[in-house]
Amino acid sequence: MDEKVGPGGKGHELALIEEHPILDFDHGEKVRFFFDGKELEGFEGEPISMALHANGVRIYRETAEMHRPRGFFCAIGKCSSCFMIVDGVPNVRTCITPLKAGMEVETQHGKGNVPDSNDGRACS
Amino acid sequence: MKQTATEVLVIGGGAAGLSAAAEAASAGAKVLVVESDLRLGGQLIKQTHKFFGSKDEYAGTRGFKIADILLNEIDSFKDSVSILQNTTVTGYYIEDDTFTAMRGEEEVFQIKSQKTIIATGAQERLIPFPNNDLPGVYGAGAVQTLMNVYGVLPGKRVLMIGAGNIGLIVSYQLMQAGVEVAAIVEAGPRIGGYWVHAAKIRRLGVPILLRHSIKKALGEDVVTGAVITGLNEKFEHVGPEEEIECDLICIAVGLSPTTELLSQAGCKMMYVPQLCGNVAQRDRTMRTSNPGFYTAGDASGIEEASAAMVEGRIAGLSAAASLGYPTEHGKIDEYWGRLESLRMGEAGARICQGIECVLVKGWEGASHE
Repeated sequence: MDEKVGPGGKGHELALIEEHPILDFDHGEKVRFFFDGKELEGFEGEPISMALHANGVRIYRETAEMHRPRGFFCAIGKCSSCFMIVDGVPNVRTCITPLKAGMEVETQHGKGNVPDSNDGRACS
Repeated sequence: MKQTATEVLVIGGGAAGLSAAAEAASAGAKVLVVESDLRLGGQLIKQTHKFFGSKDEYAGTRGFKIADILLNEIDSFKDSVSILQNTTVTGYYIEDDTFTAMRGEEEVFQIKSQKTIIATGAQERLIPFPNNDLPGVYGAGAVQTLMNVYGVLPGKRVLMIGAGNIGLIVSYQLMQAGVEVAAIVEAGPRIGGYWVHAAKIRRLGVPILLRHSIKKALGEDVVTGAVITGLNEKFEHVGPEEEIECDLICIAVGLSPTTELLSQAGCKMMYVPQLCGNVAQRDRTMRTSNPGFYTAGDASGIEEASAAMVEGRIAGLSAAASLGYPTEHGKIDEYWGRLESLRMGEAGARICQGIECVLVKGWEGASHE
């Protein structure tokens, strides 16, 4: 029963609040997206970081110098802790960026590469 | 670069900003509200408890319902209020009198306004301890967003740092969401928040440890626990260490006003401990030393949402009046009356001391030494 379900594990259930004495949660449409290549589920229009958290993902990036793990922290787009690479764009504030179907979300290592202005895609 | 213009720009769509927008629009002004979050309502939408305060500010109504009331009011002015969500104002350039803004992460544009109301709210304070950067150490506001806005379980077992109102309320909300609260530690010698909140928590058997704090977070990649100890009068760790098993450490040690834009606009700022940081000097209309800028809500000093809504009303009304829109005579005095009644308690006395420091009578020779 107490098996550790990693992100995207088979039969993995989202860590959502099922019963609440006061609130009802009106989640939108459930969509599939990718986290480091693994397919996960989340709710369209809700912040990417919420979907990741519900899937048990806690580490969103690794710092450039000390290689420290970073994750969710302020949830208001101010602290930089939840920066990730989203559809090739680095330093995306995942706490205030809405999830879309098919989105490719990646753990960011270091500062991330600024997208090439020529074609608008991340250079590697 | 694309540019948008408005009569009144309201930066921040929370309790203060929405109130300001409604008030300015009701006077006839064209208003643009810019909100960095995906949802409007700021901290209100995360509050499941019934508000205190006065009837005028919806006492007895749960916070998230107050947000709905404000949004309905805004909706009745939809011809004159435009709203941009997921849009961050990134700076104000005084030499061009222009704001830069970013919608999402990549669409950049400029905003021109005749009057601007800074209702940017606050940000969480952090305290230093080893491993305070580990995933699982979250601000109290962030924990509320996870569980009360998006219905995501923030963790299984939490250590709460701080027994002010936010620490107490969020602890109770965590229990409502099904999260176990291991303990609340409070560095001070007494509980900072209201007794009614503390009593609810004590009745549920959660210890509130005064003169205690976290010494370090435990865990390699994510939080797996915390070490707590007692504190002496100098706030140094003393006595035996206790290890708490938890996957979540929630920081509720206070907030700081978000004031960068006010500084960029050259508004005279003052450090006021009672208002929890650097805030802009203002007159009774909530105007700052820059005649184009008003301040309201937590950005003007950390207080409660009820007061933020009244300050927003004052700022919105004043901004509209300064543009020549007719406003009801004596309305500002009435709003100040409401603020005074909200600030009657013990916490209010401290706020009043702070307000006395930053409030100026007028701006001619208002150096306020």
